[in-house]
Amino acid sequence: MRRAARSLAALLAGLGLSLSAQAAAAAPKPVLVFAAASLAEAFTALCDAFASAHAPASVEHSFAGSPALVAQIESGAPAEVIVTADTESMARLEAAGRLASAPALFARNRLEIVVERGNPKGVTGLADLARSDLIVILAAESVPVGRYAREALNSAGVTLAPRSFEPNVKAVLNRVALGEADAGIVYATDVRAAGERVAGVAIADGQNVSASYPIALVKQAELRPEARAFVAFVLSDAGRAILARFGFLPS
Amino acid sequence: MKARRSRGARALPLPVLLPVLCGAALLGVPLFALVARAPWGRLATELASPEVLTALQLSLYCSVSATALSTLLGVPLAWLLARGEFRGRRLLRALVMLPMILPPVVGGVALLLAFGRRGLVGAWLDQAFGIQLPFTLAGAVLAETFVAMPFLVIAAEGGFRQVDRRLEQAAATLGASRLRVFARITLPLAAPALGAGAALCWARALGEFGATITFAGNLPGRTQTLPLAVYIALETRPEAAFAMSLVLLAVALAVLVALRETWTGR
Repeated sequence: MRRAARSLAALLAGLGLSLSAQAAAAAPKPVLVFAAASLAEAFTALCDAFASAHAPASVEHSFAGSPALVAQIESGAPAEVIVTADTESMARLEAAGRLASAPALFARNRLEIVVERGNPKGVTGLADLARSDLIVILAAESVPVGRYAREALNSAGVTLAPRSFEPNVKAVLNRVALGEADAGIVYATDVRAAGERVAGVAIADGQNVSASYPIALVKQAELRPEARAFVAFVLSDAGRAILARFGFLPS
Repeated sequence: MKARRSRGARALPLPVLLPVLCGAALLGVPLFALVARAPWGRLATELASPEVLTALQLSLYCSVSATALSTLLGVPLAWLLARGEFRGRRLLRALVMLPMILPPVVGGVALLLAFGRRGLVGAWLDQAFGIQLPFTLAGAVLAETFVAMPFLVIAAEGGFRQVDRRLEQAAATLGASRLRVFARITLPLAAPALGAGAALCWARALGEFGATITFAGNLPGRTQTLPLAVYIALETRPEAAFAMSLVLLAVALAVLVALRETWTGR
């Protein structure tokens, strides 16, 4: 028992040592980036690319629905960079005086219908989503993609009874990938990122909605050059090339 | 109350007092903040909004159903755990307790893989009977039962263990059948523990979030219980979220007060 306690203490001490050694080696603290859930895959790649191009600078990211990120920053989260999937969420932060730079639009996205792999139910467009043999789910209107989906359905004149309002876009996609739902409305980039797990059905141009992604620096006690560098990297040609690889459209 | 606290504080050495105060503050301050920040002036209006009323109604229905289902399945389970002599009893108890420790989201994922449309059992339910549980009221009840039933079973098992076996044996020697002994002796003697277990189970079911949103989804009027409504409202209508949180806090306090004889009073 005592031996176990001693080895545990040794382990903890070792852990503390290695942590502090690590902190000393990688001098700058990682830039904390809050980004919309739909950016998860693209921004993970962006952050890696930034880290290897700007070593020893590095990035830590947190992905969630845009309003959740905004609410976290409003209550004092230490994020240095914020990226939302709509201009409204960003405007809320700007109005609250929480931004240290003017928001810059850097990418756009389109909606797509996500269906199971192989599209077994033969969905061809938004009108099909009203079919009673389909289990259709949407994102809650508290997140941008939920509002965009509502707009698209309205402009297509489609009324449907969704079976669930998921808290973010990835939850919608995963329900369809798991086979619990037949169709959902997500971003085109989400379908692409999910690869073989699902299939996408295009939404007619006249009915589709364009989502704009703004990026901005968050007002914190200290505005670090690494945070500025990261925003510049996202806006640079290299950054845009990575976003394009994940299916984002130029702004 | 005040006198007792200051006397205790003087007696406590600093290394104990400091963590005690910090610990109490850690638990108490957030709850106080919730009460302080609640929109008291518009509480009635917020709570009377159709969205909140629907969620409240649904929450009551689901949590009471989950408690009933837990009682139906959990009391025999508790009796077996308390009285049965069989191999695998400890394994069974571990199984019963696991959902208490498991993150509810994981419970939701597990339910999905078991009872989802493509799940282990769910695929068969769908094909044989056309029963689909995700996105349904039954699914929400199932998720709440999965998470809350252990609380009832553990409390009931303790209750059954405390029953004096000699009373049961006396009744049996007087010719009472096993069922009669159970109904007239065991059950009444274990009743306080069963009641406490049911109350805890109900409170846990009422507060269930992770398993419900993962397994049953989030649809107002069907699966959007009060905690889910709080989560969604927090991003768009925080005042409504605060008001609903206050209701859940009040219910939790009420359960605690109701149980003070059985639990905290000791």
